[in-house]
Amino acid sequence: MIEVEALTKVFTDRKRGEIRAVDQVSLRVAPGQIYGLLGLNGAGKTTLLRLLATLLQPTGGNATVGGFDLRREPQRVRAKVGFLAASTALYGRLTARETIAYFGRLNGLDERTVRERTRQLIDELGMQEFIDRRVEKISTGMKQKLSVARTLVHDPAVLILDEPTLGLDVMAARAILGFVRECRDRGKTVIYSTHFMSEVEKLCDVIGIIHQGRLRAEGTLTGLKARFGGRDMEEMFIKAAGGEIAP
Amino acid sequence: MIFRHIATIYGKELRDSLRDRRTLISIFVVPTLIVPVLTLAVGRIGLRAMSKAREETPVVMLLGGNDSPDVVAALHQSAKFKLVPGTDNYQQLISDKKVRAAVRLPEGFETGLKSGVVQQVTIYYYEGELKSSFAAGNLERFFNDLKDRTVAASLAAHGLPVSLLKPLAVARENVAPPEKVGGNAVGGFIPYLIILLCFTGAIYPAIDLTAGEKERGTMETLLCSQVGRAEIVLGKFFMVLTSSLCAMVFSLLSMVGVFLLGGATIGRGARMAEAAARTSAHAAIPMIDPLGILGVLAMVLPAAVLFSALLLTIALFAKSAKEAQSYVTPLTFLVILPAVVGVLPGVELDARLSLVPLLNLSLVGKEMISGIWHWRYIALIFLSTCVYAGAALAWCVRMFNREEVIFRV
Repeated sequence: MIEVEALTKVFTDRKRGEIRAVDQVSLRVAPGQIYGLLGLNGAGKTTLLRLLATLLQPTGGNATVGGFDLRREPQRVRAKVGFLAASTALYGRLTARETIAYFGRLNGLDERTVRERTRQLIDELGMQEFIDRRVEKISTGMKQKLSVARTLVHDPAVLILDEPTLGLDVMAARAILGFVRECRDRGKTVIYSTHFMSEVEKLCDVIGIIHQGRLRAEGTLTGLKARFGGRDMEEMFIKAAGGEIAP
Repeated sequence: MIFRHIATIYGKELRDSLRDRRTLISIFVVPTLIVPVLTLAVGRIGLRAMSKAREETPVVMLLGGNDSPDVVAALHQSAKFKLVPGTDNYQQLISDKKVRAAVRLPEGFETGLKSGVVQQVTIYYYEGELKSSFAAGNLERFFNDLKDRTVAASLAAHGLPVSLLKPLAVARENVAPPEKVGGNAVGGFIPYLIILLCFTGAIYPAIDLTAGEKERGTMETLLCSQVGRAEIVLGKFFMVLTSSLCAMVFSLLSMVGVFLLGGATIGRGARMAEAAARTSAHAAIPMIDPLGILGVLAMVLPAAVLFSALLLTIALFAKSAKEAQSYVTPLTFLVILPAVVGVLPGVELDARLSLVPLLNLSLVGKEMISGIWHWRYIALIFLSTCVYAGAALAWCVRMFNREEVIFRV
């Protein structure tokens, strides 16, 4: 479960002054639900997700993730969270097996559990072919599978996924979407950010449209279409963002 | 604080570093192979150049002396130089290295010598040019011999003993043990070298484990795990410290090897060797108190901690390894400066200087290698360096907790 209440993050930049990257955002994601966060580049998606993963400290508001308070129990929050982003790369000189084991240990698993989880993830994600190869030697698709394994190694209840298909080919992106659906089916709480409208349509139970740090609209795909009209998702998104996006 | 997490991070960083060709080069290859090979090669080349310069009979130009046939004949007979007749462009010829030196005899030189009138002989040479200096030295020795012979002949003519000019003799006798002599000669250099090796050994891993991780995008992956920031810092810090100490130890071991293997050869070229060459080739190697070296190594440990923590923190501010390199380079001068000041003669250890980081180490190291152990200063320096190292480490943890440093865009 993720519960966010008026969460705000303000950055201070010497040239641009105060930037409200996330502004009074409130949302709720239930277990077994995929919440799609839709927004342009620089809309505040990554900052919001980094706040939920406790990588950043909020300036205002609060949130609980997996039942733990963001501000007071960041380490416990991280224990409940699997965070996967385009910016979370892997260590090139470790093998795939070593990578899974490393992050398993860092997430508090004992050696026996690390071995069991590694075996399980190899089977589930089909990583037999490259499990003992160095990360720098494997393909982008294989790396993405490994990133998924790294995210799931401690079996987190909450998944925070920030544009996980960015830069992937069609097949690799398809595999990721399949994995996200599986996680939902297992009852995990998933928050998924993207700027691809098609992914949101295929995947998400609830959609939040974020623009200039503010959550402009929220609802199911049907609900948002009924509210904003428009022929397709893109048109609806522009209307929801207040028509402030240049054509 | 979970020590298992620190050990996990350290273990991973160690494995990662041992698989990184650049780290292996900076920790093992450069200190154990390149530095000694270069040291030996430079030593041998220098020695060969020196020997060649000494073996060569320099061409020397004689200016004047037409009325001093005996001196000119003696100059011609000397095997120490090859005499050529004078020309007006002698300065140009010396500059062009066609002639190594020139000597001007005043008019009526021999007559003047015989009548007791002071004669001014001028030697022209090119300062800083080795062969020219050797030629000038040979000429100077020739005329000093001539002076001594003239004085002796004059005294004899008056029925006076030569000892009249030397009523007393002054001799110096060394009472310092060899390790103290060696310590004074190279004592300042060794701690300086150890400090520098310690610092340079920490540079690459510190950059790679902070700015390098940011650049490759692995820092965020690490930070989103359950591990606390302090544990991450300590895991990385121990790796940088390991690298710093390894680079230092390997460098020292290889230098000891070079010293033992090539010391006799290289040492012959040095002034110290010249003095000792009369006894044996091995006497050229200055004796050093081995306990002093161990003492310096122990004193440098907290300094290695200080370097590792400082470098980690500074490199953390950078977005890329290249940017980190530009931050770290000026720091190298800050490390070299106090270490160099410590080597300067006349700078002596006192309570005030014991608190100046690095300068204190350089000064106390010089003393320890000379076999002098100022226990109060040693304790003060060790403790103060530990305090600085602890503060640097605390600063590093603090910076790791600052998101504007970690996520600087």
